[in-house]
Amino acid sequence: MEAASIKAGTPTRRRSRDLSERRLAAYMVSPSLLLIALVAAYPIIYAVWLSLHEYSVRVAGLSRWAGFRNYSNILQDAEFWAAVKNTFIFTAASVTLETVIGMAMALAMHTAFRGQGLLRTVVLVPWAVLTVVTAMMWRTIFDPTLGVVNAVLGTDIVWLGESPHAMIVMIIADVWKTAPFMALLLLAGLQVIPGEIYEAAKVDGATMWQRFQKITLPLLMPALLVALIFRTLDALRIFDLPFVLTKGAHGTNTLSLEAYQTFTANNIIGAGAALAVITFIIVMIVSFLYIRFVGGNIRGLAEES
Amino acid sequence: MATTATGVTEPGTAVEATTRKRKAATGPKTPWWVWLAVAAIVVFCLAPFYWLINVSLKTGPDLSGSAVVPPNPTLDNYESIFKNDDFVKALGNSAIVSLSVTVLALLVGSFCAYALARLKFPAKFWLLALILSITTFPPIAIATPIFRLWSDMPFGLPDLFNTKIGLIIPYLTFALPLAIYILVSFFKEIPKDLEEAALVDGATRFQAFRKVVIPLAAPGLATAGILTFIFAWNEFLLAVTLTSTPKARTVPAAIAFFTGSTEFEEPLGTISAASVVISVPLIFLVLFFQKRIVAGLTAGAVKG
Repeated sequence: MEAASIKAGTPTRRRSRDLSERRLAAYMVSPSLLLIALVAAYPIIYAVWLSLHEYSVRVAGLSRWAGFRNYSNILQDAEFWAAVKNTFIFTAASVTLETVIGMAMALAMHTAFRGQGLLRTVVLVPWAVLTVVTAMMWRTIFDPTLGVVNAVLGTDIVWLGESPHAMIVMIIADVWKTAPFMALLLLAGLQVIPGEIYEAAKVDGATMWQRFQKITLPLLMPALLVALIFRTLDALRIFDLPFVLTKGAHGTNTLSLEAYQTFTANNIIGAGAALAVITFIIVMIVSFLYIRFVGGNIRGLAEES
Repeated sequence: MATTATGVTEPGTAVEATTRKRKAATGPKTPWWVWLAVAAIVVFCLAPFYWLINVSLKTGPDLSGSAVVPPNPTLDNYESIFKNDDFVKALGNSAIVSLSVTVLALLVGSFCAYALARLKFPAKFWLLALILSITTFPPIAIATPIFRLWSDMPFGLPDLFNTKIGLIIPYLTFALPLAIYILVSFFKEIPKDLEEAALVDGATRFQAFRKVVIPLAAPGLATAGILTFIFAWNEFLLAVTLTSTPKARTVPAAIAFFTGSTEFEEPLGTISAASVVISVPLIFLVLFFQKRIVAGLTAGAVKG
């Protein structure tokens, strides 16, 4: 490797320099690619293979070709459709709330002239608290006996033991944890908008709402889109929150959790793999949109500067 | 060396400086409603965590009341979790797994990121797109096959189910792309002149990378390292799928199984104390590295 790049030092031989640069690039990239192929590509392919088989952990070696039977069973299973519905309700509700609250937080933080650093540290706390801890925390807050919510509202609800309420708690927990993350992304977007535009608009007599609508929102769009897609992808994969809050009971079973339960609790590897593959496909469709939106961004990073 | 080193800016800091300048020009008076909003943000972010600390300081009959301040605050819960061998073991496991993942991701990832940021080679766009798309994989999709693989290894390799190595390897799937993505944007910020000067002086490309770029990229490496560590410390799905006993269980999994064992009489006080304890390292990271973390989180998001 070293010998090859010494040749690159002589500027007269451009082509050989390009070639040795490529070789060095290949050396530097290959460990990462190898690892990614080993721990991402291979498992996905193996998952597809497993999903086409009937396999039981309980009876060792019982493995036979099942074609698409696992998939057709899943598509006829009410539990699967319930999980799809729950996942999408959760994603739509939490991402919408996070965007609105995150935006409000970002605007306030942007306008606050002092204590920005401190404020950002505070905002990072929910982001840094583990998701499992977040779930435990909201469980204690909504707990019927020791929780504060029933006491404040004067209600007597078993929050995590009833159908719409459990989902509401899950959404609240997610919004708490990730609205601040959204706020930070949006704040970074706000900070690159030049202040002069606002000054000019003010001079022209634009109201605060007009300034938000006509300047902030359009200029913030790229950052907002990235944040939205980031969050949507995360919400579609949600697992930790329902696992700790309800184990998926009372209308909170999500796709990831359903797949997990199918292959651990029920020991059905083939069907579990099929569910995982379906989850993978749904998430990949959304992330394809993501790549399309931030494609320019990747190109920017890939470009020679 | 010293003169050019000051020219290196982290993404984010330049932006901050200009905003500060602009704000100073606009005048330092903050309207009252902004302070109200700021107060609301602080309460929103901190109050729930305060509640968790509150619960962790309660024992016995206090745990069936919803007092906002513990009537008889005690550290008993903390004492009992540190006497719990499974929890202490899980803390050790988490530390080993998270640190190994961080070191490996930085080591392997920095090579790849440097090539992506600086070297000329074909299909670079597709490589970056591939790496980025992996961060969007649902972990459940790799959990099933890896579970199968780890519990029945081919070629007579030792089984990796319920081992720390069995967690570290799949964690790299997600940690590596994360580290690479952040590092690429940091490497691109480093001025090229320094490397070129080193090349003219007869250094090889690889020497230039090791002796010039890596030291200058220290802030970027720190950022990528912190975010990778937080990712690994937080990871839950693979941790519960690929472990079965406290031998390899990390803290998030251990906390979830505190609950599972006694479903009807949960030791909420102890669980809360454990939750506070495992959050402390992350809160410290946030306190000390706020700027770094924000720069890393927003590295890819703003330049659209």
